[in-house]
Amino acid sequence: MTPILEVRGLRVRYGAIEAVKGISMTVGQAEIVTLIGGNGAGKTTTLKTISSVLRPAAGEIVFEGERTDRLPSHEVVRRGICQAPEGRRIFPRMTVRDNLEMGAYARRDPDGIGSDFERVFALFPVLRQRLRQQGGTLSGGEQQMLAIGRALMARPKLLLLDEPSMGLAPMMVDRIFEVVREINAQGTPILLVEQNAQVALQTAQRGYVLESGTVVLEDEAAALLGNDQVRKSYLGTD
Amino acid sequence: MIALGYTMVYGVLQLINFAHSEVFMVGTFAGLYALKAMASGPEGGIVLAGVVGTAMLAAMGASALTALGLERIAYRPLRNRGAPRLSYLISAIGASLFLQNLLFVLTPIGGPAPRPYPNVMVRRTAFTVLGYSVSNQQLLIVATMIAMYLALDRFVMASHTGRGIRAVAEDPETAGMMGVNIKRIVVVTFLVGGLMAGAAGSLYGIYFGQARFDIGFIPGIKAFTAAVLGGIGNIRGALLGGLLLGLLENLGVTCIRSDWQDVIAFLVLVAVLMFRPSGLLGEAVRG
Ligand SMILES: Nc1ncnc2c1ncn2[C@@H]1O[C@H](COP(=O)(O)OP(=O)(O)O)[C@@H](O)[C@H]1O
Ligand SMILES: [Mg+2]
Repeated sequence: MTPILEVRGLRVRYGAIEAVKGISMTVGQAEIVTLIGGNGAGKTTTLKTISSVLRPAAGEIVFEGERTDRLPSHEVVRRGICQAPEGRRIFPRMTVRDNLEMGAYARRDPDGIGSDFERVFALFPVLRQRLRQQGGTLSGGEQQMLAIGRALMARPKLLLLDEPSMGLAPMMVDRIFEVVREINAQGTPILLVEQNAQVALQTAQRGYVLESGTVVLEDEAAALLGNDQVRKSYLGTD
Repeated sequence: MIALGYTMVYGVLQLINFAHSEVFMVGTFAGLYALKAMASGPEGGIVLAGVVGTAMLAAMGASALTALGLERIAYRPLRNRGAPRLSYLISAIGASLFLQNLLFVLTPIGGPAPRPYPNVMVRRTAFTVLGYSVSNQQLLIVATMIAMYLALDRFVMASHTGRGIRAVAEDPETAGMMGVNIKRIVVVTFLVGGLMAGAAGSLYGIYFGQARFDIGFIPGIKAFTAAVLGGIGNIRGALLGGLLLGLLENLGVTCIRSDWQDVIAFLVLVAVLMFRPSGLLGEAVRG
């Protein structure tokens, strides 16, 4: 089957600094693919470029057979890519309901939006109780749920998650990743960016290891979990 | 009402539109010529309401077009190039001087001398409260202001586009990632600000009976003060700031002397900027 997303030779720069130095990767139609790597490896830069928040200096991003790297970010959302960004980026002074509505901003199908609200509440029941609260008043875990829920409200064909485990207690991380698997089981492919390699590789089917803007390893997640280099650098075991 | 324009544009772009007072000025001229075209002397009843209403709409249209033109010519090219903040300021001041001088030079329309408004709405006392008489014109101004404010509040708080405006104001990058067309939101914001300034301009013209190329200056500064006082970027704050500034000015006029009115507005601006730059309902300074 052809992949839903294909990144070819992607290079991204911030002024004189090249943060992503020619990476290539694919995400299949039903997969969870993870991109792991240390702080500053270029993971967030890659996701932001896929979302068209940043423009690549070179390379191509092909989604469902069409290039998206020249499109404005709102058009990329309409094509079916939405992300829960690093640090959650909830709109703090908007209510939880308005935050979720923002995920559906580009849509004009009230019935579909209504049923997606129900889908999000089924995945994250706590959000239903928080609907009228301001986003900024939620706990870190709840904000992460809201960020994922908000992205789901776009009914994405590909979901991007940037470090959903960041700053959360282990129990909360487990709960979030359970839902990530559930979302994938419901049919949405996911590109998962993580520094927490352990949980990411246990969740994904395949993985890419990023170092200083280049892919240094790519394999089945299970193989990466057993890889000596990965174990030393990212799992803290020998 | 002019304060609402400053606050909207600032909230969305973190940008003080210093040419906003000229958007207002264009509104007073448009209101003037619309009135002249329809009536030359005092009118009453339905005719008066129709004439004033139409003039106000004409002024709103003209100001909205001016605001959109400003966005297109003075701001968008800078934004597309990611220009530093100072260049926006310079561009705004340039646009402001250009518009003022345009009306100064265009003697058939503007010119150096004030252009009188036709006395369509004769000022008389509508009612008296606590010894203060309220004129029919003041009543019109207050009623329009409340209606505009309520409409704007509903638009921003309850509509789809309003939600987009709030999201862009809070975090433009994330708003884009959620599917908001940021360019479109910026245009809508300038449009709404222009509509408000146009309505204010025509009312100001009716109240003070004239239009002139530099008429936007004092109301512009006052509206800016009101917006800063209430907390710039905050729509409810702009209304509160306007009310408070009005109260303070009148208190000053009563306690000191009437020619101190404008001085007080400036004092308030300086004081707020010194002691509470985020304003009364201002947003917490973001890190
Ligand atoms: N806005 C920016 N301006 C300049 N350099 C940046 C910016 N954002 C990230 N970088 C740099 O780009 C590199 C990759 O960053 P990032 O993609 O955020 O890494 P990661 O998400 O893997 O931690 C880092 O060296 C970082 O310092
Ligand atoms: Mg990152």
